[in-house]
Amino acid sequence: MAIKVKVMDRPIEEVSYVRATLSGLALTFKHMVDPHKVTVQYPEERWDISPRWRGTHRMLTTEDGKAKCVACGLCPTVCPANCIKLVPGEDEEGNRYPLVFEIDEFRCIFCGYCQEVCPEEAIHVGRHYENAEYSRDQFVYDLERLTAQTHPVCEMWDPADPKGE
Amino acid sequence: MHLIPSLLQAVVEPLPVSTGIFVVFSLLKLIVIFTIYMVGIAYSTFAERRISAWIQDRHGPNRVGPWGLFQVLADGVKNFMKEETYPGEANTVLFVLAPALAFVPAMITWAVIPFAAPWGSPWGRIDMVVADLPVGFLFTLAISSLGVYGLTLAGWASNNKYALLGGLRASAQMISYEIALGMATVCVLLVSGNAHLTEIIQQQSTSGWNVLILSVACFIFLVASFAETNRVPFDLPEAEAELIAGYHTEYSAMKFSMFPISEYANMITAGAMISTLFFGGWDIPFTHWDNIPPYTGLKVLATFGMFAAKVMFFMFFFIWIRWTLPRFRYDQLMSLGWKFMLPSALAYVTVVASTILGLDAAGIARGSWAYLGIMLALNLVLVVLMFFVLDRGRIISPASSRLNRRQVNQLKAVAPALSDLSGKGV
Repeated sequence: MAIKVKVMDRPIEEVSYVRATLSGLALTFKHMVDPHKVTVQYPEERWDISPRWRGTHRMLTTEDGKAKCVACGLCPTVCPANCIKLVPGEDEEGNRYPLVFEIDEFRCIFCGYCQEVCPEEAIHVGRHYENAEYSRDQFVYDLERLTAQTHPVCEMWDPADPKGE
Repeated sequence: MHLIPSLLQAVVEPLPVSTGIFVVFSLLKLIVIFTIYMVGIAYSTFAERRISAWIQDRHGPNRVGPWGLFQVLADGVKNFMKEETYPGEANTVLFVLAPALAFVPAMITWAVIPFAAPWGSPWGRIDMVVADLPVGFLFTLAISSLGVYGLTLAGWASNNKYALLGGLRASAQMISYEIALGMATVCVLLVSGNAHLTEIIQQQSTSGWNVLILSVACFIFLVASFAETNRVPFDLPEAEAELIAGYHTEYSAMKFSMFPISEYANMITAGAMISTLFFGGWDIPFTHWDNIPPYTGLKVLATFGMFAAKVMFFMFFFIWIRWTLPRFRYDQLMSLGWKFMLPSALAYVTVVASTILGLDAAGIARGSWAYLGIMLALNLVLVVLMFFVLDRGRIISPASSRLNRRQVNQLKAVAPALSDLSGKGV
């Protein structure tokens, strides 16, 4: 591949510093007096986050308030960050349910595989980003915390409807 | 036994009442100027942040208080509360002294700058300047060159290679541009024939502002004061891309804060000097109302407002330039200072001196319309020459050495051959 030598061949009459400075000053002044500012005034204004935003998790519940999870073990298996801890249990009628269901949000990489793999549409990643806590251990969300979350959940990408219409 | 009362009497009694008035009013002026100056510095940092934000289509600090006006208080509290660190091998005495050395000269300069019309008070005429030095102009030059010690010592005492490089750059840059700065102000002395700042202002109020008849000197003074205050595009001593933070790399908390404070202090002082030397100081243009007695309190306030407006305009100009221009390379800085600013300042002094000499010989009175017209025309010609003829890749070259047409053609002739060779070889 040939090397391209870039030669600065602007004619000397066009090379100016003072006049270029003046036009630059005009440009910055125009931006300064322009009332349109791009900053979002955060606590008052919020950004519309994407319907496919993947944030902290939420466990959906059935009508009687129980988690939809049947402790099949697919989500801890698929999880690439190994952040889901699941201990399955079974009641007298043979229904499986999670005894322990914990997600370590610090380990989570928010790939959304758990939502994608879940046969019961129980675990979801949420459209939510305000996750501040006072201590590190509060970032391990247990089943109670996951079912108590109320924020909207992520709409997964559908190959049949790639633009989400 | 009676020694102490008699001594006291000896000290107190010979003092006339006018001395007492002088002392009282000097103290008052000191307090007022100091307060306004410090508040001005604090709010310049705020103005810098807001204006930079607006230029970048942002809002800037607008949360603390109405329009964010209390942000400076929050900054001050933060800086006082922070932990101060000392580098292990630093020279502690100089390390502590340097921030003060950077700040004090900028402040002392204000002692001789007249900030308003004199006040004809019931106790006699009070000049609105803290110390009305007859050599005030030389005093400002002498004091402002001391500012370089703070920066250089900060860099040296930190025992840090980046800080040292920043300090060295600061000293080289400030000394280089001081020469052009001094040369530019020689013209003011030529025109006014006096080194007394009050007289320089009086001369401008009667015969037009110096910026009209000394435009090139004003331009050189303005550019040199950017270099003196280490502002973009001449902030080589800080140059965060190359030197972390330059001479104040090792500083923290309030000692660090002293450097920005001294930078803004220097900016205000530079703005006040430009206003005084070239823009008529406290003179209100297009009227002689403010220059003639009786000097009432209203005139003092009006002229002070005018002076403050001029200084604030230059503060805004400093900030505006900072968010417009990129930083110079070090060789560009030096070649601009030594190869352009200094020769053009020298040439300009020669031209102005010979013109004034010629006009005096021709019998045209100083301050007359003919004199002003000739000086104005001369400056117009020189400005056009400077901005449209000299400013062709010569003031600042985009590369270290500018190619002329012949060199470009030579390169173009060689370039295809070079690319062919490399294509075959590799």
